Amino acid sequence: MAIVEMQKLSICAGKKNRKAILEMLQSLGVMEVMTEGIEDPELLKMDTLGQRQQFQKESELIEQALKTVSKYAPEKKAALSMLNGREALPRSEYDAFVGKKEECLKDVQAINRKDKNITECRGIILKDENQKETLRPWMALDIPMDFKGTKKTSVLIGTVQGIHSEEEVYAMAVPGISDEKALCADILSAGNELTYVSVLCLSRDAEKVEENLRAKGFSKPAQLMSGVPSRTAEELDKDIATQKARIEELIKDIASFESRKEEFRVVADYYRTRAEKYRLLGTIPQSKEVFFLEGWVTRDSADSVAKLLTERYGAVVEKEETKESDTEPVVLHNNRFSRSVEPVLASYGLPSHGHVDPTFIMSFFYVIFFGMMLSDAAYGIIMFIACAILLKKFKKMPEGISSMLHLFFWCGISTTFWGFMYGGFFGNAADVIAQTFFGYTGPTPLLKPLWFEPLGNPMRLLVWCMLFGVIHLYAGLGIKGWECLKAKDFVGFISDIVAWYLFLTGLILMLLPTELFASISQVSIVFPAWLNALSKYMAIAGAAIILVMAGRDRKNWALRIVLGAYSLYGVSGWLSDILSYSRLLALGLATGVIANVINMMASMVGGGIVGAIVFIIVFVIGHLLNLAINALGAYVHTNRLQYVEFFGKFYDAGGKAFKPFQTANKYIEVKEEKVL
Amino acid sequence: MSIGLVLALVGAVCATVFAGIGSAWGVGIAGQAAAGVVTEDPEQFAKVLLLQLLPGTQGIYGLLVTFITLSRIGILGGSPQTNMDFHTGLMFFFACMPIAVVGLISAYHQAKTSIASIGIVAKRPDQFGKAMLFPAMVETYAILSLLTSILAVTNIPLS
Repeated sequence: MAIVEMQKLSICAGKKNRKAILEMLQSLGVMEVMTEGIEDPELLKMDTLGQRQQFQKESELIEQALKTVSKYAPEKKAALSMLNGREALPRSEYDAFVGKKEECLKDVQAINRKDKNITECRGIILKDENQKETLRPWMALDIPMDFKGTKKTSVLIGTVQGIHSEEEVYAMAVPGISDEKALCADILSAGNELTYVSVLCLSRDAEKVEENLRAKGFSKPAQLMSGVPSRTAEELDKDIATQKARIEELIKDIASFESRKEEFRVVADYYRTRAEKYRLLGTIPQSKEVFFLEGWVTRDSADSVAKLLTERYGAVVEKEETKESDTEPVVLHNNRFSRSVEPVLASYGLPSHGHVDPTFIMSFFYVIFFGMMLSDAAYGIIMFIACAILLKKFKKMPEGISSMLHLFFWCGISTTFWGFMYGGFFGNAADVIAQTFFGYTGPTPLLKPLWFEPLGNPMRLLVWCMLFGVIHLYAGLGIKGWECLKAKDFVGFISDIVAWYLFLTGLILMLLPTELFASISQVSIVFPAWLNALSKYMAIAGAAIILVMAGRDRKNWALRIVLGAYSLYGVSGWLSDILSYSRLLALGLATGVIANVINMMASMVGGGIVGAIVFIIVFVIGHLLNLAINALGAYVHTNRLQYVEFFGKFYDAGGKAFKPFQTANKYIEVKEEKVL
Repeated sequence: MSIGLVLALVGAVCATVFAGIGSAWGVGIAGQAAAGVVTEDPEQFAKVLLLQLLPGTQGIYGLLVTFITLSRIGILGGSPQTNMDFHTGLMFFFACMPIAVVGLISAYHQAKTSIASIGIVAKRPDQFGKAMLFPAMVETYAILSLLTSILAVTNIPLS
């Protein structure tokens, strides 16, 4: 439940050990390495950009090949395979794979080349198909397309606008020619407002015929084509078949690499990690003989890291004092329960050193509020059992998913609790099933709420929600107070924290005995007179302190009072913050009522076998949908209550996450011998 | 059949109809943005889908108010309040209006915020947590109107 203390180390070591040290640090992944701080004109930096880009390119080529192989030899992926995480590989096996990297790259290039060939073949097929398409209207022609005629005759091949019969085309062509009998018009095909014709005539009439036809919209084919169309088409078909066979062969070739994927993955990871190493290498200042490094490690591991570097590589390691100007990276350490909300905190922003890590306190409120919003025992049971099974089954899942599932596991338990409190188990499923299928007519609900049913008395729950809100906000203000005390700012503690506690508590105590509150909560509270008086004095005292002290950094008293009055106006912010907790009621009601609607729809067909089948189908689909949408709502709005209302009271995110120098592996995790 | 019951029914229907229109509209336009992201980066599917769904809750809130109203005026449950007077009916009608009107408008604006957040996820998938919060801010007002409608509907006295 705290921010881990960090230690800055300065390292100086001989250049001959440079790569070994970097590799060790990288595989340990315990140090955030910095090199910007070391400035000296004597020290030079190596240019590693070329090599780094080369390594990146290699890993990208391998990725591309992997994708190609997967495309043509699809792996049977088990459901939820994303939860498998990275495969653990012993060092020796890893080294064996890496030893074969040259061969691997050669194969990768072959795969990529074959993939390119496939693309080319597909291009040729496409071209052939297009050509076939343009030939289609001419298929009836049994002479070559570019045939002009014999010595005495001419052939005109082309299209005429509109759909016409042979006689019509003949009539179009015939006017004014020398021998009307020596003219023959053939229709090849028609379509698309065009008639495809071949017209045979005497050579001496050819010009006249063409002129006649042109007047009717005759034109020769736009593309120059040669050969007999049907024969050309046959050739094209043959070519397409050849290309298809080639593609199949190439695909088979590529698929045959399937067994090598494991190796490719390891080598891709190797190049990625190496690129990362060279990135760092390029920033390291070095002289002729030695090089320098600075970095953050956790204070607990500082000694062992230093010892390892000194003993194994003869490096000089110094522990440095943390300076004011240093931005210490932040690592959080929490117990198993609270750790699951760390990602929620991190997504808002990590706390900076010297501040409180609110994860521990936040985790309780988070889980309670989530449960109140989802508030159905059956949904909660489904959630936590599902999460437990997944967590049990996939031990090596990525960290982010794992903590997400842990969070939902705890939230599921809380949801179950609140579900029983409110008497919701798939809504009112117990009543509906008993009434529809077993003819139950007795009193409902069968599943009695341990506390009370929200829909029966929403105002009462609203008041409770606001109470939870006040506790949550007070906790936030308390954390700020704790920080004031830690910084020995006692004036701030009294005037910014205690004054607000007094003022707000006084106001709340003044509100409780009023008729307004009684009409809302249907509970009339009567305080003894001394408590009424006390509440008034508390509110007045708090208000007075705020009025005078809120602007205490101003010398001008008039300005100071104005600022104080403005701070007092902040009470409206508190009001809206507290009202915001009404979402606990609204979302809780939403889950329950919609679950009831689903039960009602499911039971509409009535009893009997058919009724039971319909009931089960509607019930399962409906409740899954309701669970999904309301879990989403509960998650979003619990986050909001933490981020806006709770954090608004005290939290300044400003911490920089700890980013250790580590391997960039995507697929595997190398099992190292333990050195730390 | 009394005019009061008709008015109450109109109110109940409005809650689902208008909040539903808002959600359908909102989920629709947010879905277009989400689909655009998925064409470029299919891995972001789950994230953008969640963002697309956010403006969908108003329709559910509307349904909820409709359901509570229908069961209060007896249309669900088989004993409709056929002799409901005009004033009571009008009260039910107005009690349904907050979620009908605010549901419609807030779903649309929440969708526009969702689209902007989908833009965040497209460029920086790691900022999903923050991106999800912006649309959730808009939803607050739908929740407040839902609450007003529920409280009003459940507390209207029936003669």
